[in-house]
Amino acid sequence: MWEQDVAFWIIALAMAAASIGVVRSRNIVHAALFLVVVLAGAAALYILLVAEFVAWVQVLIYIGAVVILFLFGIMLTRAPMGGEPGQLDNDQRWGAAVVALFVLGVLVALLVDAFGGKNIHFTDALVEQGKTGTVGDTLFRQYLVPFEVVSMLLLGALVGAVVLARRD
Amino acid sequence: MIASLSPFALELGWGTTMAIKTLVVLAIIPAGALILGYVFLLKIMSHMQSRLGPMDPGGFHGWYQLVGDGLKFLQKEDVMPAKADRRVFAAAPAVVVLSTFLVFAVIPMGPDLVVKNLDVGVFYALAVSSLSVIGVLMAGWASANKFALLGALRAAAQLIAYELPLLLAVVGVVIQAGTMSLQGIVFSQQNGEIFGWDFIGNPFILTQFVGFALFLVAAQAELTQTPFDMPVAESELVSGYMVEYTGFRFLFFFIGEFGTAFGFAALAATLFLGGWSIPGVDGDWANILGPFVLFAKLMLVAFLMFWVRFTYPRLREDQLQALAWKFLIPIGFANILVTGALKVAF
Repeated sequence: MWEQDVAFWIIALAMAAASIGVVRSRNIVHAALFLVVVLAGAAALYILLVAEFVAWVQVLIYIGAVVILFLFGIMLTRAPMGGEPGQLDNDQRWGAAVVALFVLGVLVALLVDAFGGKNIHFTDALVEQGKTGTVGDTLFRQYLVPFEVVSMLLLGALVGAVVLARRD
Repeated sequence: MIASLSPFALELGWGTTMAIKTLVVLAIIPAGALILGYVFLLKIMSHMQSRLGPMDPGGFHGWYQLVGDGLKFLQKEDVMPAKADRRVFAAAPAVVVLSTFLVFAVIPMGPDLVVKNLDVGVFYALAVSSLSVIGVLMAGWASANKFALLGALRAAAQLIAYELPLLLAVVGVVIQAGTMSLQGIVFSQQNGEIFGWDFIGNPFILTQFVGFALFLVAAQAELTQTPFDMPVAESELVSGYMVEYTGFRFLFFFIGEFGTAFGFAALAATLFLGGWSIPGVDGDWANILGPFVLFAKLMLVAFLMFWVRFTYPRLREDQLQALAWKFLIPIGFANILVTGALKVAF
């Protein structure tokens, strides 16, 4: 199992470094590009946990669409271009640090409470659970109603965004 | 991969196999890009458009043209704009080529010749091919040039719009094959039958021709080839996001463009034309002939793509978006609906 541990620590350290890059960078385009590394690290962690389908959904949706829309929006509006220094800063950094520490504490407490002391063993049954067929079956049989509710919610948000954006 | 070929009886460890696979993939991209560039860009385009230049250098059929182009790129000065964001500017071509490399990891070239037969093969291929947009946006922004930025923005809008029809076109094939693994899709075409007649199996182009047409149109847009070449539009934007790139870095974009065309052609051949399989060839012979069969089929698909590229004029930006959202995506949904209904009915 030590291979998984080594891989986990490499990915986790890269993700932590990139996350610091996201909040420390003064150039908003650089921050978005650091975010790509963080999201790719999350996808790699899903693969470590044998959730292959979720990992590639993460790549397609978050890196392939969400970050690209971020970059698209930034570049259409206020991307600092041509070597001018980025203006990104926030004078409430101490308040932000307190909130960040609080969130970290809550998450750590929750995760330790829920999974502390549990070891995940990579058995064939676990690999079977990560397969696309199993994911699809659970999503469309067991969790069909929550899935439909989420779809309606997203549709509502989409229509709302169009209504707010259109003035005519 | 070679380890399982019994006539060669080679016993290779995991590391050696992985090294061989990596080297093969590393070699395929530039080789594929050069083959497409040579056959289609220099020869067939010259024939179609009566261009005499590329037929001249070196005497016989202009064989020296590609070598000369390559040498020219290598000796050019590496120019970086004074106000460019140096690191992002340098990394952008690598991101584009990386996304091309990743696609080839799942394309099977024989029953055992595949780098990794992923359970989610098609989905993986389309997911990693969407990463190239990030490289394009990086290049356009880091160049500190208005034309480059406009080209990158056009590219992003176009690639996002056409990713949907591309995915929807593939869903029909996935429903019919019952798997997302590319190897599984090839096998289900090989073992399929048409009204009880199973001599050629069931290449999905016969039942999924709507999907095939959608896939080709969307792939053309993903590759930013004419009639969807607004991101590079040389008559309006000079060369779009690539305008500041010279020499070796430009060569990277060139290899990325043609390598991705090679990859999409291979993907289309695998999804719709039966991939490496031909009737009557099984076992070890399929491993030996597979790569050549796949190459022949992908060249056929690539010919269609480049034929369109050399023939049609460029669309307007709003026509491009209207085509994707009002025409291709509804057809894609209708195709999924019909395929799903037929799958349940039969």
